[in-house]
Amino acid sequence: MLGWELPPHNSGGLGVACYHLAKALALQGTSIDFVVPYSAKHENIDFMKIHSATKLSPLERYGMGAYDSNFLLETTEGAELGELKDIRDVQRHYTRYVEEMVSGKESADYDAIHAHDWLTMEAGIRAKQLTDVPLIVHVHSTEFDRSGGGSGNPIAREIEYQGLIIADRIIAVSQVTKDVIIEQYGIPADKIDVVHNAIDVSSFDDGYEYDRRTYKYLEGLKSEGYTIISAVTRLTIQKGLVNLIHAMAKATTKYDRLALLLAGDGEQRNELIQLASELGISDKVFITGFVRGKQWRDAYSVSDIFVMSSVSEPFGLTALEAAHHDNALILSKQSGVAEVLNSIFTYDFWDVDRLADQIVGIATSDALQNELKQNVMREYAILSWDDVAEKCISMYAKPLAGVFA
Amino acid sequence: MSSRGITLYLHVHQPLRVREYSVFDTAVDHNYFNEPDTLTDRNNETVFNKVAEKSYRPMNALLEKLLADHEEFKVSLSITGTFLEQAELWAPDVVESFQRLVKTGRVEIVAETYYHSLAFFYSREEFVKQVEQHKQKIREVFGVETSVFRNTELSYNDSLAQWADEYGFKGILAEGWDPILDWRSPNFVYQPEGTKNISLLLKNYKLSDDLAFRFSNKAWQEWPLTADKYTEWASASIEDAPLINLFMDYETFGEHQWKDTGIFDFFEDFVGRWLTNPDNTFYTVSEAIDANKPVGSLSMPSTVTWADAERDLTAWLGNSMQQEAMGYLYALEKDILRTEDTELINDWRKLQTSDHAYYMCTKWFSDGDVHAYFSPYESPYDAFLYYMNVIRDLRWRLHETHRTGGLRG
Repeated sequence: MLGWELPPHNSGGLGVACYHLAKALALQGTSIDFVVPYSAKHENIDFMKIHSATKLSPLERYGMGAYDSNFLLETTEGAELGELKDIRDVQRHYTRYVEEMVSGKESADYDAIHAHDWLTMEAGIRAKQLTDVPLIVHVHSTEFDRSGGGSGNPIAREIEYQGLIIADRIIAVSQVTKDVIIEQYGIPADKIDVVHNAIDVSSFDDGYEYDRRTYKYLEGLKSEGYTIISAVTRLTIQKGLVNLIHAMAKATTKYDRLALLLAGDGEQRNELIQLASELGISDKVFITGFVRGKQWRDAYSVSDIFVMSSVSEPFGLTALEAAHHDNALILSKQSGVAEVLNSIFTYDFWDVDRLADQIVGIATSDALQNELKQNVMREYAILSWDDVAEKCISMYAKPLAGVFA
Repeated sequence: MSSRGITLYLHVHQPLRVREYSVFDTAVDHNYFNEPDTLTDRNNETVFNKVAEKSYRPMNALLEKLLADHEEFKVSLSITGTFLEQAELWAPDVVESFQRLVKTGRVEIVAETYYHSLAFFYSREEFVKQVEQHKQKIREVFGVETSVFRNTELSYNDSLAQWADEYGFKGILAEGWDPILDWRSPNFVYQPEGTKNISLLLKNYKLSDDLAFRFSNKAWQEWPLTADKYTEWASASIEDAPLINLFMDYETFGEHQWKDTGIFDFFEDFVGRWLTNPDNTFYTVSEAIDANKPVGSLSMPSTVTWADAERDLTAWLGNSMQQEAMGYLYALEKDILRTEDTELINDWRKLQTSDHAYYMCTKWFSDGDVHAYFSPYESPYDAFLYYMNVIRDLRWRLHETHRTGGLRG
């Protein structure tokens, strides 16, 4: 299995999804060699073998921004690192490592190559060429998504195209993503299976208790009758947050007791700050910067309404996490996770009026808010990584038959 | 009295910079100004000590020497309350050296707002309180009364002059900006429009900025500026006029222009050169007014400052973040004052210091003039976020401790 990150060294949902998928696969008897592009300890992972393709630390690899194909790596220490100047260098190194791994004397007898996203697709293609084993490409996000519905980086796009063409089978994490693969990359629909991600609720059972002191001011607002709206997200164009800010401004003209928590950081931060002040709602917008651990979970807990405003979101695990922490959900129709939930509000990402309306509606009706929270709990609880793993295993066995979901 | 005088006026100020105050500090930690990291420029003590070493100590020593060497040498200083508080804490010797200067009787202290604020543009009541707080502080530290007023950033308009006139100041300072002066020269005393007893002194910005901004600029065609050359310019400028008003930041000497640019030697040299002509002298701001009757009245209906090419308030209140932040701050006035909670009131006032708004300025992004702005923050957006979190904490304290105001969000 070719991945780019695993918890706790992940910068986003890709690592979380890979972790749970691999774990569920292992529990069903699959033996996995998992390749990551950095060197680090994964203390909680004993169900598979992890291979480090470079000596980079996870942070150096973060620094390159797995999601940002423009970012240049500035590390120049050491002979090996010296040549790893940008994400393309790391990818080349990663590919060489995989080539040696599958063609080496001690190479295992692989049944399938499972590659996650453009980052590992070249390595997947090479491994398929060298071993003649089926290549399954698992699409968690495309360059189209990451660029907020634009053309994005042409190199990333070309790699995705090659990977999707050469793959024996493609897994899309949602119908939204499947449609993107068909429309943006011209791949035939019958080569693509939709396998939605799941959520492993047990991973949240670590003795966590919500600490009201973390967001003390927001708790103060809540006791004054305020409703807290949140987005736990990178602040990037993909996430459609400009529309969310506009909707907040609009909503507050109808109902004043609203506050927006933006938990995260990203290149769009300054633009969002500026926009909020132009709309005169700066004191309703709370920007935390990058959060992890307690501050991250408490962000979900303090929130009443979670909004996923993405322009293009292949899945959107954070929505399930928010639901687990007792949020009512408003999701853009361009978010894949909306396909597996019913007790939610949806809107087209550009429809600011509708979003504003939904925010005010939920904020002003306790009955509605409670219904949404309770019902969505039942819906996400059904989603299971075991089912995802089962589908993958059947695909490994008969890649050309596809999955009958 | 001699007929040609230089009015040298230096502005002494340090703000209390806000530390990196996050969402998670709000409602929990009410300490806004004590940055723990001693290496950053957000640490007020670090900055103060640095500037004291580079500017306040050597320049005060030079001023003392010049006062001793030249009977005719005079200087006027405005010293903010936020500066004095920090000096008392971290550099008492600097306070003492200022006290020695004032004791000579040839160093005049100019009145202003204690907190170096823009209160005049938000609340006349609050503004007057800060002027009086500053007067009181000057009395306590220096044992003198002030009689000439300057507002923050040399901001000025007709209604400010009218206020100062009614309040009883005999003089007020402003920028001598060409588009307003038209054919007139800044080297005369004027009477502000609509006033009775007050005189207006105008900054000769060309000669002032030669020192304040251009002195060390090697790309300037006049670089290096010598005392001879500058004396020549000053003489030419004053040929048919009674005075030259050189107004600038005190920190020009040693901080904006470092010692190795030769600024101290230049200045000492220049004072000597200037006074070799027996017709030449120096004035304090009060003397300049006493010695020269207004030659005419002058009106500035819109606010003029000494900043930037625009000479307006856009560096402080030009963008929506600045307007919003200041709007929120001043909206708290009544609730804050009603508490009579000295600590809370002082924190609120320290947040009025204009530098906070200045750090949120984005206008240099458009003209690319980055070097003209100084900020201890990574970006104006960071400055804004920290400041907003502090404002929320003020609201929290009002609400929790005094049951007034109510939270907003």
